Amino acid sequence: MTASPWAGKAGALRPGTAAAATAGVTPFAVGLLLAAALQYAVGPAVGPFFSDLLIKIGINVILAVSLNVVNGYTGQFSIGHAGFMAVGGYAAGALTYYTSMLAWGGPQVQGGVFGVGSALFVGACLVGGLVAAAAGWAVGLPSLRLRGDYLAIVTLGFGEIVRVLLQQTQDVPFTADEARALSPVEMATHLGGSLGFSGIPFYTNLFWVWCFVTLTLLVAYRLKESTFGRAFLSIRENEIAAEAMGVDTTRYKVRAFVIAAFFAGVAGALFAHKIGTTLNPRELGFMKSFDIVIMVVLGGMGSISGATIAAVLLTVLPEALRGAADYRMIVYALMLVLVMIVRPQGLFGIREIWELPPFARRRGR
Amino acid sequence: MTDLLQTLLNGLAVGSLYALIALGYTMVYGILQFINFAHGDVFMIGAWSAYAVAAALGFTLAGGDPPGWAAVAVLLSSMGICAVLGFFIERFAYRPLRSAPRLNVLITAIGVSLLLQNTGQLRPVFGTQPQSMPALLPDTTLFQVAGVRVGLVDVTVVLLAVAMMVGLQWLVFRTRFGSAMRAVSHDHRIAALMGIRVDTVISFTFVVGSALAAAAGFLFAMKYSGLKQPADATWVLLGLKAFVAAVVGGIGNLQGAMLGGLLIGMVEMLGAAYLSPHLRDLYVFVLLIGVLLFRPTGIMGSTSVEKV
Repeated sequence: MTASPWAGKAGALRPGTAAAATAGVTPFAVGLLLAAALQYAVGPAVGPFFSDLLIKIGINVILAVSLNVVNGYTGQFSIGHAGFMAVGGYAAGALTYYTSMLAWGGPQVQGGVFGVGSALFVGACLVGGLVAAAAGWAVGLPSLRLRGDYLAIVTLGFGEIVRVLLQQTQDVPFTADEARALSPVEMATHLGGSLGFSGIPFYTNLFWVWCFVTLTLLVAYRLKESTFGRAFLSIRENEIAAEAMGVDTTRYKVRAFVIAAFFAGVAGALFAHKIGTTLNPRELGFMKSFDIVIMVVLGGMGSISGATIAAVLLTVLPEALRGAADYRMIVYALMLVLVMIVRPQGLFGIREIWELPPFARRRGR
Repeated sequence: MTDLLQTLLNGLAVGSLYALIALGYTMVYGILQFINFAHGDVFMIGAWSAYAVAAALGFTLAGGDPPGWAAVAVLLSSMGICAVLGFFIERFAYRPLRSAPRLNVLITAIGVSLLLQNTGQLRPVFGTQPQSMPALLPDTTLFQVAGVRVGLVDVTVVLLAVAMMVGLQWLVFRTRFGSAMRAVSHDHRIAALMGIRVDTVISFTFVVGSALAAAAGFLFAMKYSGLKQPADATWVLLGLKAFVAAVVGGIGNLQGAMLGGLLIGMVEMLGAAYLSPHLRDLYVFVLLIGVLLFRPTGIMGSTSVEKV
C-alpha cells in the first residue's frame, strides 16, 4: 500500500473519529465561553462605554473578516460591503420591530439574554444574513464575470442604489394599531426613509455579538484551509491558471461573494439592534464600505488574524483620537496614507499572525 | 415643450460639469490604471477656493456687481491652487507607490480624499459652515427659445467646458507632450526606454486633471451658489457621478468621458423631471450597472483579451 501524502503529517485528522469530532466542536465551545465571559464578567466590569466599544469591535471584526473572503482570499475588489450590511440590517430590524409590534404590542425587549425576544433576534440575524446573501447572489452573478476594477464599480453602484431606495421608504409606525393596519408588503416600504429607522429593540449584547464573531472566524478559517477555499486562493494568485486547472472561476467568485454578503448581513443585523442605533441609510453608504476595505488591506489580504487585528485597531483608533477633535480625521487619513507607503502588504501580508517569526514553530516539511 | 427644453438645458450644463471632472478620472486611469478617488475632492477644493478667492478680493453677496475681470481672476487662481494641489498629491501620496499593488494606491487615494475633506473643514481653511458664492457673472438673459430663458451663466458653463475639452484634445493628440502622454499610457517601461520622462508626464497629467476639476468647481459654484461644507456627502457623490460618467463613456478614453458626462447629466435631469426627483441618484447608478453588464468597457472603450 502506498502511503498517503497525509499519512505522516502531524495533526491530520481522519473524518469520523472521536478526535475529529472534538476538534470540530472545541473551537465553538471556547468561543461560546469567551462570549459568555464577555457578557457576564468583562461587560459589567468595564461599564457601558467600553461594552459598547467591544460590541462595535465585534461587528467590525465580522465585517472585515467576511469582506476578506472576497477581497483577500479571492482577490476580487468589492467596495459595496456596507450595502449588504444595510440590506441585512434593515431586513432583520424590520422583522424584529414588526413582529414585536404584532405579538407584544410594542418594540420593547422581551426576556433576557436567552429569552423569547432573543430567540426572535437571533432568527432575525440569520434571516438578515440570508436576505443579504440573496442580494449578493443577484449582484454577483452578472458582475463577477467582469474582471478587476469593474466589480468594484458595480458594487459601489449597488451600495448607492440600496441607500437611495432605503431613503425613499416611508415613516415607521409608532403604535401597534398603526402597525397592524399595514400589510406585509407595506411594512417593507415603511422603513423610516432618510430620517432613519428608529425604535428597533436593543437586543444586541456582548454575548450574541461574540457568538457570531466566533462563527465568522471559524467559517473563515475552515474555508481557507479547505479544498473549497483553496479554489478561492488560486483565483487570487492567478485567475487564468486557476481556470486552466479546472476551477470554475465565476462560480467560485460568486460563492465567495455570497458567503461574504451573508456575514455582512448578520453584522448589519447586529448593528441594527445595538443600543443607540437609529438605522440610517447615510451611515451605511460608501464611507462605511471604505472603512471595511481599509481594515482588510491594513490587516493584509487574506489574513484572518490580520483583518481581525486591523478591525480592532481601526475601531479603537478614532475613539482614542476623539480628544484631538478637528484633527482626528486628518490624523487618521495621514496614518492610512503612511501605512500604505511604508508597509504596502499590510500588517501580516497574506500570512496569519501565528505563521510569523515570534509565534511560528518549526513544522515538519 | 418648454419644460423639456429647460430640462435639456439643465442636463447640458450639469453634464458638461460632469464631463470636465470625468476627464481627470479618465486621464489618470488611462496612465496609471487606478481610480483616483481623491479627484472628486479636488473638485470640491476648486469650488471652495473659488469662494475663498472671491471673498479675499472683497466680492460678497451684498457688494453689488463685481467688475468683469473678477470671474476670470477667480477662475484662474482656483485652477492654479488645484494644479499645485494635484502636483503635490501625486508627488507625495502616489509616486512612492508606483510599483505597489493597485489596491494600495486605491486605499491611499481614499486616504487623500479623507485628508482633503477634513483639512478643508478646519477653521483656518474653509471652516464647517456652508457658504453662498457671490454672483461674479451678471444674471442677464442672453436669449429666449420657446419660453426658456438662456442665461449668461448657463452659456458660460457650457462654452467654457467645451473650450477646455477642445484644448485638452489638442494637447493630447496634437502636441509632442501629448504623444508622450499617450505613449506612457500605452506602456510605462517602453515609454521610458524611448527617452520619455515618465514621472514628469504623470505629474503633468495630475496637474492638468486637477486644473480641469477646479474649473468644474468654479462653474459649479457659479451655477449653484450654495456651497455645502467641505466634508459633506454631496461632494463625494458629485465626484462619484463624474467617475460613473468616465466609466460609462469608456474609462481611459477622453471622448468617452465627455460623452459619458453629457449622458449622465441628461439622464439625471430627465429622470428628475419626468420620473421622480427623489431618485435622481438612482438613475445614474442604474445606468452604470446597465452599461457595465451589456458593454463592460463602456460606450467608447476598447476590449482587450487577457493573455497568459
